[in-house]
Amino acid sequence: MVPTEIRQAIIDILADIAPDEDLTNLNDDQSFRDQMELDSMDFLDIVMELRKRYRVQVPEEDYSNLDSMASTVSYLTPKMVAVV
Amino acid sequence: MAQFPKPEDMPDDQRIVITGLGLTSPNGNSLAEFRDSLLKGRSGIQDYEIRYFGKTVAGICDFDVKRHQSRRDARRGTRAGSVGIYCAREAIENSGLDWENVDHGRIGIYVGITEHGNVETESEIYEISKFEYDTSVWTHHHNPRTVANNPAGEIALNMGITGPHYTIGAACAAGNAGLIQGLQMLRLKECDLAIAGGVSESIHTFGIFAGFNSQGALATHEDPTKASRPFDINRNGIVVAEGGCLYTLERLSDAKARSANIIGEIVGYAMNTDATDFVLPNATRQAECIRMALDRACINPHDVNIVSTHATGTGMGDVLECEAVRNVFGECNNTFINNTKSFIGHTMGAAGAIELAGNLAAFSDNTVHPSINVDALDPECAINGLVINEPRELKRVDYIFNNSFGMLGINSAVVIKRM
Repeated sequence: MVPTEIRQAIIDILADIAPDEDLTNLNDDQSFRDQMELDSMDFLDIVMELRKRYRVQVPEEDYSNLDSMASTVSYLTPKMVAVV
Repeated sequence: MAQFPKPEDMPDDQRIVITGLGLTSPNGNSLAEFRDSLLKGRSGIQDYEIRYFGKTVAGICDFDVKRHQSRRDARRGTRAGSVGIYCAREAIENSGLDWENVDHGRIGIYVGITEHGNVETESEIYEISKFEYDTSVWTHHHNPRTVANNPAGEIALNMGITGPHYTIGAACAAGNAGLIQGLQMLRLKECDLAIAGGVSESIHTFGIFAGFNSQGALATHEDPTKASRPFDINRNGIVVAEGGCLYTLERLSDAKARSANIIGEIVGYAMNTDATDFVLPNATRQAECIRMALDRACINPHDVNIVSTHATGTGMGDVLECEAVRNVFGECNNTFINNTKSFIGHTMGAAGAIELAGNLAAFSDNTVHPSINVDALDPECAINGLVINEPRELKRVDYIFNNSFGMLGINSAVVIKRM
């Protein structure tokens, strides 16, 4: 997967776990939490969905990388390069 | 034996009244819709299919989840939680309470359940089956979804209620048990407002269908609306249904102070236990339970206008309840007997609360809704006053009696008096 595909994959996950949110104007450089109502259980959902959909493991010490869309995509790019 | 004071002689702060209710039933999402269905003979039973078990029939609710809950919270929570939130919010609206100015720390939530957690556990096992049973994909939502207080806790979260909340596990007597718990907590001054009744999400667990089927107690019929047929000679079991009904209960003194519309007073109640069998009821113990509720209300069987039976449409269950009801009310010529499961199936933990609600409307319209689908009455279920297939108008309804029984021999009854 290339970064644009990874971004779309994250958007799809967010659309499922936060269905009330409007994701069309998401600012990639701003923290998710500053733009959406997300709590720790929601972040665990993101981690879980990455594991279930793409077999990508995000260890707990790396959770801070999931702060914004830009940081998430940057973090996941090497992990998901082999995902088709 | 305990001597009970006459309800009307008790101080107003010990008399507990119903001031509102909210419900979702397979044939109505408000009391008005539900009552209309009951008087017009409209069944809520449909064809249904559930994984592993396959095709069957069930009572399915179509209330608007989004009316009182965000999609995010509905996804995170349980169906029982969504049912509970809908009913609780509707009950508060119906009560006319000035919600913003009610002390949320003095509200108690008491929700009867038959079971909880089966739906969520089955779903998660099905989910991990797609991952070769890898438990690392088991959801972190599992525990908050399956703790036994979940439906009551979701109501508290949704409504910002900070008083006590818990569920009452009482098999299919749970709807009445929730009401009784609410009444007792109000009398003990543990809360000033009780949100009490029962909920069920049971149609979403294949296990309940498969279990009843293995027991020979699951109803089948080519026409789903005819499948639930208590007292009919050709009945062949239970139709499982989902639903909920929660009441706002208040002390009479508080209800009077705010000039509340009082639907009725809970003047009698009782719970007891068969201690004889896991599933087979005991008519002697049921009759004892019924008499204890009448004793607490300080009334005679003849005073009761409507008896709402629990009968689920099983062979022996219906016969044994009829024996108990006949034992107590058999000589009463102005007592009429009906059954609501014939319309909606067995809403399990909600049954006692929903079936009572369907009958409470009789305080206003003086009509007894019938038990439908009785094409040929089982002679063993013939009881004096049984209202079959067509509603019956009465001159006046003062007392409604509500039976609700469950597995492991749990029996409950409540008596409601018109105010």
